Amino acid sequence: MKVAVLKGGRSLERGVSLRSGARVEDALERLGHEAVPIDAGGDLVKRLLDELPDVAFVAMHGLGGEDGTVQELLEILGIPFTGPGVAACGRCMDKVLAKHELRDGGVPTPDWFAFNETAFRELGAADALGGLEERLGFPLVVKPSRGGSALGVKFAASWFEVPEALVSAFSYDSRVLLERFVEGRELAVSVLGTEALPVVEAIPTGGDRYDFEARYEIGRTEFACPAELSGEEESAVTSAALAAYEALGCSGFSRVDLILAEDGPQVLEVNAIPGLTDTSLLPQAAEAAGISFENLVERILELALKPAAA
Amino acid sequence: MEETPHRRRAHTRSRDLERYAGLFAERTGVMRSSAMRDLMAITARPEVISLAGGLPDTSTFPAGTFAAQMTRIAQESTAEALQYGPTEGFAETVDCIVEVMGAEGMLPDPDDVIVTTGGQQAIDLICKTLIDPGDVVICEAPTYPGAVPVFCSYQAETIQIDCDEDGMCVEELEGVLAQLDSEDRRPKFVYSVPSFQNPAGVTLSLQRRRRLVELARQRELLLVEDNPYGLLRFGGEPLPPLYQLDGGDFVIYVGTLSKILSPGIRIGWAVAPPPVMEKIVLGKQASDLCTSTLTQHFVREYFAEGHWREYIDALIEIYRGRRDTMVEALREHFPAEATWTEPQGGLFIWATLPEYIDTGDLLAKALREDVAFVPGQAAYVDESRGRNSMRLNFSGVGDEEIREGVRRIGKTIAEQVELYAALTRKQPTESAREPQPAPRAESNSADVLPFRKAGEG
Repeated sequence: MKVAVLKGGRSLERGVSLRSGARVEDALERLGHEAVPIDAGGDLVKRLLDELPDVAFVAMHGLGGEDGTVQELLEILGIPFTGPGVAACGRCMDKVLAKHELRDGGVPTPDWFAFNETAFRELGAADALGGLEERLGFPLVVKPSRGGSALGVKFAASWFEVPEALVSAFSYDSRVLLERFVEGRELAVSVLGTEALPVVEAIPTGGDRYDFEARYEIGRTEFACPAELSGEEESAVTSAALAAYEALGCSGFSRVDLILAEDGPQVLEVNAIPGLTDTSLLPQAAEAAGISFENLVERILELALKPAAA
Repeated sequence: MEETPHRRRAHTRSRDLERYAGLFAERTGVMRSSAMRDLMAITARPEVISLAGGLPDTSTFPAGTFAAQMTRIAQESTAEALQYGPTEGFAETVDCIVEVMGAEGMLPDPDDVIVTTGGQQAIDLICKTLIDPGDVVICEAPTYPGAVPVFCSYQAETIQIDCDEDGMCVEELEGVLAQLDSEDRRPKFVYSVPSFQNPAGVTLSLQRRRRLVELARQRELLLVEDNPYGLLRFGGEPLPPLYQLDGGDFVIYVGTLSKILSPGIRIGWAVAPPPVMEKIVLGKQASDLCTSTLTQHFVREYFAEGHWREYIDALIEIYRGRRDTMVEALREHFPAEATWTEPQGGLFIWATLPEYIDTGDLLAKALREDVAFVPGQAAYVDESRGRNSMRLNFSGVGDEEIREGVRRIGKTIAEQVELYAALTRKQPTESAREPQPAPRAESNSADVLPFRKAGEG
């Protein structure tokens, strides 16, 4: 089978995407497929039309590749592709939209407020920030609405840290959200088809748990897979993750990030196309379920070609 | 763009990192990698004006001269130029190095010199020779970003001493040394780029140079003087290197031809007292046996022509013009709250913005405008420092690009300043002088916009 591996692009997560793509290409070749690597640039459509692949493996993260843009093109060209469709990608990429969908779908997610940059620049929204402490409490988390990894995500320990955190978050998107900080264990549930893979727990090793960058550095965060959970906890976490996956309309595969608080799980976000690098969580979870990386890639391809078979 | 199937297969299994993770040495855990690195990876797009690099301008090097010299090497010394060479480097290369150091008033004993693969290897070898895990190293704040990963990979505990316009605050260093004394600890060395420092662009004053050398003598403390830019002076009076002031007893000197000839030839050097040099030579033997003999031949030919000072003079003219262009552009496009250094030599300007601007985040925004710089945090071991500063390079791109690049960065900063002012409801200049957010609104019931309550939607 001829598989176009779409990777790179112009997003801030280009580096991770290139690593994900390279690894997928290796697996495809080991599986006996013909892998056609394509760094998504100005000639993407031309390349796809020249190559006419049987299926496209979308190994792109961040804006452009994970937000439905590339998926839309693939639909127009009639090329089947891996991972969630246009609408689901759009919902997952926009954290504010995703949180509304989750809440509407009865999936627990921490309280939040969202602001547009114009609200501050033109409508004096700063005057509304005073109510934050009462409604969300401190510390709170400030995030760009659209953006991957930890870029632009900041904690504000007090009111005085909010403006600076907002300036950072607005560097990545014109909409940001302020979210209640939920204390608890950090978990990630990868979903393949309609099936939840073993839960991964991210455990910061020493260091500051408010340092988001640290959790992406090898050696500063340890990952336990499967996470040590009671049967009850595991089923609560897994069903929250599957509900989130469904609420956002995901298909193929995705990863749900959540916090296990004292009163149960709270879904933070869903990554439509999570990393597939050698240190990424989805491949780790698959491995724990006895699914090798090659098998994982093969399953993802099958789901793209025969969605009903999922 | 695509790799051949054959080559790809050769790489295949090495990508499955997790199979090897258990074998990694402890020091790989402290080697730095971060989201910022991914961000820097996309600064390489061709449409991006990069003020992030540290590249000297090699475009004016006469191609004819280069061709003639390489031809002569091929005709006269092919066998030798393609062969291994001595670990210390060829005696002829060392003669050239002694000549370069002589231009700044230094008179090293040729026996104390080792040719290295760039100045970077010299720093690495010095650390390899002197640093055990947990040893204390002192350097400037900010320091050369390329030194940070070296100190980290040898697991040094790095203490950074603030700089002002006269370079490292030696008074602060004395305080730190006293503090270490009281803990019964001793730094292995003090690392400094005294002239036209990378990244700050500042130069250590003569008075501080004297004091630093005096401290080293009194305390039998080693100084590592890294001097890539000393000869690239556009203004002011030349200052004696630490090596010259000290005579070489307590100073290990690091030099390079990267900025005055070519970084591609990878020719640097270290000068150290004989007992230290002995260990450095052993270290280099283990690292790479010898520095490229081919490029050492090129260096010999190049210096034999006797025009190397003229080439530096030409570079100085180019860089002085570009520095002026950049300073002018900064005055025009950066907000009143920003400050920057105006170096008298070297390749870099260090700009500092209001405290509420994180230059890492600013870079993400600037990249959308196709312009890049180095966020200040790269120059600190403690990555929470330098967050509101940036390094700008003026040697690697032409005047037009410098102007346009600075204009774009200035625009991005102006947007942040304006937003912060809106967030704190102050005028931009006022907010910069006292960057305090407005006190919490007490009257939130009166002027709160009708936001939906979280969860109502």
